Amino acid sequence: MTLVRRLLPPLASGFLFGMGLTVSGMTDPQRVRGFLDVFGDWDPTLAFVMGGAVLVMAIAWRIQTRMAKPVFGERFSLPDRTDLDPRLLTGATVFGIGWGVAGLCPGPAVASLALSPVHAIPFVAAMLAGMLLQKITMERRVTS
Amino acid sequence: MLPGFPEAAPLQGLIGGVLIGLAAALMLLGAGRIAGVSGILARGTALAGGSMARTSAWGFLVGLPLGALAIRFGTDWEPAVFASWPVLVVAGLLVGFGTRMGSGCTSGHGVCGVSRLSQRSIVATTAFTAAGIATVFIMSLVGA
Repeated sequence: MTLVRRLLPPLASGFLFGMGLTVSGMTDPQRVRGFLDVFGDWDPTLAFVMGGAVLVMAIAWRIQTRMAKPVFGERFSLPDRTDLDPRLLTGATVFGIGWGVAGLCPGPAVASLALSPVHAIPFVAAMLAGMLLQKITMERRVTS
Repeated sequence: MLPGFPEAAPLQGLIGGVLIGLAAALMLLGAGRIAGVSGILARGTALAGGSMARTSAWGFLVGLPLGALAIRFGTDWEPAVFASWPVLVVAGLLVGFGTRMGSGCTSGHGVCGVSRLSQRSIVATTAFTAAGIATVFIMSLVGA
């Protein structure tokens, strides 16, 4: 059934993702800011999270190259851009500033809608407003 | 647990990281897509186009907080401390704007892109991490 094939793999992926973020303490902004506080009281936990995730995904990418199509889908839809543009660098920098200010990035923010809604709702609402602002002011001409 | 870093939780970090990696691997090998939270959030809320079915985007976005809740009620989870509302709103705007402008966040660029050795993702991850470190450092200087 198409609906089940479309819904279940992403739902399971999101569920595992939310578990991983919460187990590792990444839903705690203080822990995330602690990682960024390299000149102060540095907390290296996030490096272990990234290391574990990147290791598993590096294997997954190797498997992917040998697959003709995804298990539950018709084709792979993956980014194929390789060029570096100012927009990538500027956007990542703006994101990084926001990440440092509150210790929240999109994944933990969405997960926190269930854990700490009082704080996550204003953040996620502002994040969506920021996304809308970006769309209005610099609508992408070339889709990636 | 980690010599010199009493606050660090390397084991929980690694376990959580592996779960996040498995989540991203399921999205890649199962659905043929990148588990990038900012992109999926933009797709789910119709702030971005693209070939991903909105059903799939919502599956992931609902799974994320559900997975967080599973850990919340399955372990001795402690509530996190967040920044004040005005700070959360400013940070949210920056994170939303920046992740769309830079085509990704910690999950899409940091986990999926870096593990694929994508040049764009490595540059973006370096930029947002450096910006986050600088922001936390400057905020500690001014006592914010």
